[in-house]
Amino acid sequence: MNVKILGPGCKNCHNLEKTTRQAVADLGIDATIETVTDYAAIAGYGVMSTPGLVVNEQVLVSGRVPGSDEIRGMLSSLPAA
Amino acid sequence: MSISDRRSAPQAPANDSGRLWLGLAGAAALWAGLYALNERLWPVLLGDWLAVDLTGRAGDAMAFFLYDTAKIMLLLVGLIFAVGMLRTTLSPERVRAFLTGRGLATGLAMAALLGAVTPFCSCSSIPLFIGFVAAGIPLSITLTFLIASPLINEVAVVMLGGTFGWGVTAVYVAAGLTLAVAAGFVLSRVDLDRWVEPFVFAAPVAALQAGESRPTLQARVDAARAETRDIVAKVWPYVLVGVGLGALIHGWVPAEFFARYAGSDNPFAVVVATLAGVPMYANAAGVIPLAEALWAKGAALGTVVAFMMSVVALSLPSLILLRRVLKMPLLALFTAIVSGGIVAVGLLLNLVG
Repeated sequence: MNVKILGPGCKNCHNLEKTTRQAVADLGIDATIETVTDYAAIAGYGVMSTPGLVVNEQVLVSGRVPGSDEIRGMLSSLPAA
Repeated sequence: MSISDRRSAPQAPANDSGRLWLGLAGAAALWAGLYALNERLWPVLLGDWLAVDLTGRAGDAMAFFLYDTAKIMLLLVGLIFAVGMLRTTLSPERVRAFLTGRGLATGLAMAALLGAVTPFCSCSSIPLFIGFVAAGIPLSITLTFLIASPLINEVAVVMLGGTFGWGVTAVYVAAGLTLAVAAGFVLSRVDLDRWVEPFVFAAPVAALQAGESRPTLQARVDAARAETRDIVAKVWPYVLVGVGLGALIHGWVPAEFFARYAGSDNPFAVVVATLAGVPMYANAAGVIPLAEALWAKGAALGTVVAFMMSVVALSLPSLILLRRVLKMPLLALFTAIVSGGIVAVGLLLNLVG
């Protein structure tokens, strides 16, 4: 699983990264987690309000920090590929 | 966090939302009680119980500080929560869809209005700018949105209403909208595209997959709570500093002190107030209590409004951020037009008021 956190580095972006890392660890998923801070790359996903959560190149969340329950739910419902 | 913390299967929705409404009503009653208590508490607590001399300067300033801080925090929490509940996810994506393909006049007016009602974190302004421009929305309309958004928002409206009264608030909102539209109109007369960093136009625009259903009451409450927490966490230090400075001015600066230097007969004061505010970085929550104190001590309303507007609309950090997408000539033009507009608003208000 490929997970990307989109955000130029504001507080919410760090919160989302932390929550996501925790969720991945909790679920024991094998995933690479990267942060994308380049504005052009962020805009390329169609995300206009940060932070954004992208899994396997699909935008799942933008403009908010979901709770850890919600992130766990989203991650566990995806195929592991 | 353990697995047992996970929410159990969804319960009967009717029962659930009934409990939620009850909780909201309880919270509203508690809020009203605290607000009423704040109106009466401080003279009793400080004067009668703690024997502070409230007729002295220090005592008076302390009472003012405590009362004003509590009142502003209550107003902020209450109104941000209420606005957060009502605002059905007015996302930037939806705003962009509204603005795409509009004519100049409609586009500018809608951009100003939407900028006023859409919240956005200043760290999102660049992705938003790229998203708008890459989708073909003209630069003038995009910049109008970016001017209106920090200038007019629920925090500014609450703070203005609570300190200056609702009449001044209405004038401020009308002036802010006019300013954003006028600045956009002037910018639309210039060929700006050559002054935008080229990568903006090259950015691929992917539409977000929509399909989000109508939010439930629980989702709205959760979103409103998160928003209230975020905004209050961000603005409380500004409130303390702003009210603190305001209290000092109320206590120690002689009445009508500013009338001499910043009265309505001094157009130069408007220019100085605007220029002083441009590099300053604060939000509405910090600058409004301070501005109210200046106003109470005789500074003209137009001068004070010009100061507030230039502090919230323009700041060094936001200009540095914009530099990533705008080349220097456009950045300079943008700053000049916005500050020129703010000076015009200030002069006009002083002339009328």
